[in-house]
Amino acid sequence: MMAVAEPAREIILRTRGVGKTFGKFVALNNISAEFSKGAITSIIGPNGAGKSTYFNLLCGGFPPSRGNIEFEGRDVTGQPQHRFAHMGIAKSFQITSVFPQLTTHENIRVGLQALVSRYDIWRPRARLRELVEQADELLALVGLWESRDRAAKTLAHGEQRALEIGMALASRPRLLLLDEPTAGMSPEETRTMMDLIVKLARERTVILVEHKMKLVLGISDRILVLHHGELLAEGTPQEVRQNEAVKRVYLGQREH
Amino acid sequence: MTEATESIKQSQTSAVGWYEFATRHRASLAAAAILIFPLIMPFTALAVNILIYGLYALGFNLVFGYLGLLSFGHAALFGTGAYLCGIAVVHFDWPWYAAIAAGVFGGLLIALLIGVLAIRTRGIYFAMVTMALSQCIYYVFYQAVDWTGGENGLRGINVRTIDLFGLQIDFINPLVRYYAIAAFVIAALFVMSRILASPFGAAIEAVRENEMRARASGYDVTLTRLLTFVLSGGFCGLAGALQALHLSIVPIEMLHYETSGLVVMIALLGGMGTFFGPMIGAAVYLVLENLVSVWTVHWQLIVGAIFIACVLFFPAGIWGTLIGRGRR
Repeated sequence: MMAVAEPAREIILRTRGVGKTFGKFVALNNISAEFSKGAITSIIGPNGAGKSTYFNLLCGGFPPSRGNIEFEGRDVTGQPQHRFAHMGIAKSFQITSVFPQLTTHENIRVGLQALVSRYDIWRPRARLRELVEQADELLALVGLWESRDRAAKTLAHGEQRALEIGMALASRPRLLLLDEPTAGMSPEETRTMMDLIVKLARERTVILVEHKMKLVLGISDRILVLHHGELLAEGTPQEVRQNEAVKRVYLGQREH
Repeated sequence: MTEATESIKQSQTSAVGWYEFATRHRASLAAAAILIFPLIMPFTALAVNILIYGLYALGFNLVFGYLGLLSFGHAALFGTGAYLCGIAVVHFDWPWYAAIAAGVFGGLLIALLIGVLAIRTRGIYFAMVTMALSQCIYYVFYQAVDWTGGENGLRGINVRTIDLFGLQIDFINPLVRYYAIAAFVIAALFVMSRILASPFGAAIEAVRENEMRARASGYDVTLTRLLTFVLSGGFCGLAGALQALHLSIVPIEMLHYETSGLVVMIALLGGMGTFFGPMIGAAVYLVLENLVSVWTVHWQLIVGAIFIACVLFFPAGIWGTLIGRGRR
């Protein structure tokens, strides 16, 4: 739809020859890629292609076994996970991950608080009024205003996914990483989520990991295809769709 | 958006309003309960014990109920607080306030020591590592006979009067002693309430609720856990120091792992993760112990059965069940 924008030249994230091994198993081998600022880049591939491993390297879930990762020109390889949020990289999890017993509002508020106050044991948290307001704004943005005071665990699956995106946005990321944001969603919820992602991408860079290729062809500026831990192909949705190797390993199987 | 806020406000029932009022003023309400407690509790010495064990459980509950880590080594924090306070009085002749400060410091220090070594472990491993480390502390105090009296305990912590800006407070009178100790416990309740309501309190809850998410949001989970454990040590150290002054002796049993187990029981009985639960748990446990032990020497059998019944039928604990949900 809005895919054929002219390629943005500025690079926000870059991986140089990153690989990850678990014991003797090579999950990911020598991936070098660049991610343009302001674009939606999707990482796709069949099951076991190494998508989630690559995603975890990008968001700091674990460090690469080799190679390095550069964010906004700065080497961030090996930084602990909690530092990533402060640098401007936020992620959503593949399996829904919220604070179940806290209210929807508190889920986002505590996410916002992580950037401004983590070790203050004395001032009342209610004193941080601007966070309460910002949390309300984010709730409205992800469409959860109605559920403001409900415990997160009582939300429907699709709402929990939306809440998670709200929490990721709470750290004011310049780079938003989403791991299969539509996993387990109904077609209806999927469409809402895709619209939300396109909306969010207007103001920040989005990297998306997705199993279903069809979903991302329409919204991505660029697509990376992984297969058996290797970078199989890279390009615009058009180029990827016509790539023979991709067709063989991916589109040929009628599962997408 | 303001309309929605209004409708939410209007839809609040009076029950919710009362609950919120009680939560906001939880420390004041708890203080009031402590102040009138001796009027309904004729055995003042027992009431003092309840205060002290309640404070010990309050500190423990910060780690257990709010942070979500089961420690089996809290006796080390409680006992070290007691020993340092006692040593300050017996060997150095320090005044009462300095001795209490020494106890709090002891709790903080030992919590830091145990915390640094144990905090990266999870679940049952955390319980085991804290227990093992607290046993190490036990033996250190057990062996240092010249300082601690070893097996016999540290005797001779005789504080008969408390000098408060020239005012001589009679620490022998049971009721006066109760209120002197209550002053510290109430102060601790206010501090605890503030910690729980602070941004750090929110971080503690976030870490308990979902460690991975907290980390992704930008919280340093390990450091948050360590700080919480150290704060808990401060409360337990204060409880220990008060116990030393109250008993005028520090028995070595205070450091024993049974004392670690006891506080788990008290917290579960009262309601883990509730503000006033630890106090209720301490009251129920100690009153039961006293009543049943008059009747039979096998009191532990009876108390144990009641404990099991509580855990099975009131998993949120007595206080947690009373306030309707097992939180706050």
